[in-house]
Amino acid sequence: MDRREFMKSIGITGAAALLSNPDELEAKTTWAEHFQKAFRLMTDDEKDQAIKRLEERYSEEHGREVKVGKEPAMDGVLFGQALNIQKCIGCRRCVHSCVKENNQSRHDPQGNATEIEWIRVVKMEKGNFSAEDRDHGHPFKKGEEYGISEGGHAHNNVGVVLEGEHYYEPKKVPEKDSFYFPIQCHQCENPPCVKVCPVKATYREADGVVVIDYNWCIGCRMCMGACPYWARRFNWGEPNIPKDDLNTDTHYLGNRPRMKGVVEKCHFCLQRTRKGRYPACVEACPVGARKFGNLLDPESEVRKVLERKRVFRLKADLNTFPKFFYYMD
Amino acid sequence: MKKIMFARDFLMYSVKGGVKFYVWLLFLGFFIMLWGFGNFQQLTKGMIVTGLNDQTTWGLYVANFVFLVGVAASAVTVVFPSYIYNYKPLKDVAVIGELVAIAAIIMSTLFITNHIGRPDRAWHFSPGIGIFNWPDAILTWDMIVLNVYLVLNFICAFYFLYKKYSRGKINKWFYMPLIYISIFWAVSIHTVTAFMLNTMATRPMWFHSIVPIKFIASAFAAGPAFIILAFIIIRKNTKLIISDAAINKMSEIMTYALGITLFLSFSEIVTELYPGTEHSYSLKYLMFGMHGLTQLVPWFWASVIINVTAFIVLLIPAARKNYALLFYLSALIFAGIWIEKGIGFILSGMVPTPIGEFVEYTPSIIEIFNCLGNWAIGLFIFTLLVKGAAGVLTGEIKHDALNVSNQP
Ligand code: SF4
Ligand code: SF4
Repeated sequence: MDRREFMKSIGITGAAALLSNPDELEAKTTWAEHFQKAFRLMTDDEKDQAIKRLEERYSEEHGREVKVGKEPAMDGVLFGQALNIQKCIGCRRCVHSCVKENNQSRHDPQGNATEIEWIRVVKMEKGNFSAEDRDHGHPFKKGEEYGISEGGHAHNNVGVVLEGEHYYEPKKVPEKDSFYFPIQCHQCENPPCVKVCPVKATYREADGVVVIDYNWCIGCRMCMGACPYWARRFNWGEPNIPKDDLNTDTHYLGNRPRMKGVVEKCHFCLQRTRKGRYPACVEACPVGARKFGNLLDPESEVRKVLERKRVFRLKADLNTFPKFFYYMD
Repeated sequence: MKKIMFARDFLMYSVKGGVKFYVWLLFLGFFIMLWGFGNFQQLTKGMIVTGLNDQTTWGLYVANFVFLVGVAASAVTVVFPSYIYNYKPLKDVAVIGELVAIAAIIMSTLFITNHIGRPDRAWHFSPGIGIFNWPDAILTWDMIVLNVYLVLNFICAFYFLYKKYSRGKINKWFYMPLIYISIFWAVSIHTVTAFMLNTMATRPMWFHSIVPIKFIASAFAAGPAFIILAFIIIRKNTKLIISDAAINKMSEIMTYALGITLFLSFSEIVTELYPGTEHSYSLKYLMFGMHGLTQLVPWFWASVIINVTAFIVLLIPAARKNYALLFYLSALIFAGIWIEKGIGFILSGMVPTPIGEFVEYTPSIIEIFNCLGNWAIGLFIFTLLVKGAAGVLTGEIKHDALNVSNQP
């Protein structure tokens, strides 16, 4: 590890760096970034300064011009997304486009970084019932005539059952007898992750998106414990983004490159959606399974889905009120 | 002036000892060196040097943290009989209970520091310059109660020792209210720590109203176990007299608390396994393994065997009075509860993940270095504190009035 990286990794030594590092400007930048306020509490001036610092650091680190935006939530907008599980073919194009769009850490052969994917597509078996086991169950004794009292054996899991099978690697999708169920941050209206954060590094913005201030997060992972949808990822090591894959159009609360030791997750592509574009996953889906839009606008695609289709929320019993819906035609 | 001399005498006395004493400190020092290495690795490379991952985000650090908060809370098992029932044999050495609390809180702070990904940003939760998400985040409650508890015990212990040292009279109006508050506070620290876990509705293993009371019951078994070990070692190696009555009282409390813990565990198992919903998967995984993953199973049954056997043996009064046996029983119970609470309760709560994935977690060597190191630092501090306290309580260090008047 070179000296500069070391300084960064133990940010607290900024003071020492100031004294001993010949490259004083850079030391000052580290120092200032380390002691900057939470984004929400910054004045416009402070925001601009923080962004300038970041842009300089990113551009230098990645060898490319990086832009960090700070577009606020738009008036009269509440974002929502609906996903058609009848259409989804499990191809994971959304996953890959999301990784690229949002500068997620890629697999590092040296093992210094983890691979991060915000969207995970879970495979569900259609399941079947077994004829031989029709009369088998527990307890089962030969000659026992009272019937099965504890449970039969002829069943299989059928329907939406969370068994966490998100590693499937078939030659072709969709596979026979399977359907697919993508999961990502549900942008809960009642987000358990936000409630437990001790420093309010993660919070809900006015457009309903739950964001993370990566410079404020202390990496305690309370939010990861509390999220019911396993939507959050942690930067276990220094993230690894190949230079050519970097998306240089970023947002402070969105897809700007993260640092090690902080949490990240889906934010409905703030850097795009706050400028009126679709999220990357919606654009990438080859079968049009994802519909995105303004929940406050009756004419938006997502509202039309809510009106006309059979819609359900995942784990509705937890009262998290996701703004990410599943539906069938 | 007197206070400075107290600090100096206390410190000087606490670091002087025989060969055994230094061997013990060196032994701890070895683990502290490993800790230095482990922490350097973790700070420079990131949490990737641990065995944790996105599926198992909380591991050994949190497990030890939770266990040690319990040990800290259990100081009350000494303080309560001493001051509420005015139980003389314990009252003489109640200060040792408070020193246990101080050391345990320091250790739990070290564990939390190891757990968080950006310890350099710890200032973010200082009220005023940072944002303190209180009262929403239970972790902030936990930070408040733990810090106050540390301060309370520090004041109680050192005020008492200082008065002994200077042969002054204890000001009841100052001291007793603090004692009462600290009794209440001890319960609060473990309750709040339990709330931090059992309010996570998405983790069925933890989402149980039984958790706070079970935490306290098991802490009141593990804590006295530690205190009994300390008592027996102290009276063997220092001139401090700790009466049999004091040890007997502690073993009595330990036995009751262990019995209640076992009952609560049993209630939990029946409640989960009888209906056998998806919510029982963590417990099933812990007890029998699931999908061929059985890493925690031997730990679980080891703790059951240890705790049940120890409880049955402890019910025999003669066994409680046999201090050689009691020493081993206490060590076993301490380990048994550590497994039950740390390994069993915390680690199994992470399996399966909220979307139903079963992933087994194996701590890395760095993580183990850091854990051992944190314990070593805590025991190091505890040893010195107890050594100094023994000096004061036996009257070996005391304030010399003549000396003072000569001071400028
Ligand atoms: S899905 Fe998880 S991370 Fe997203 S808002 Fe809800 S609780 Fe938070
Ligand atoms: S990991 Fe970061 S965002 Fe999550 S609770 Fe901790 S400080 Fe908040």
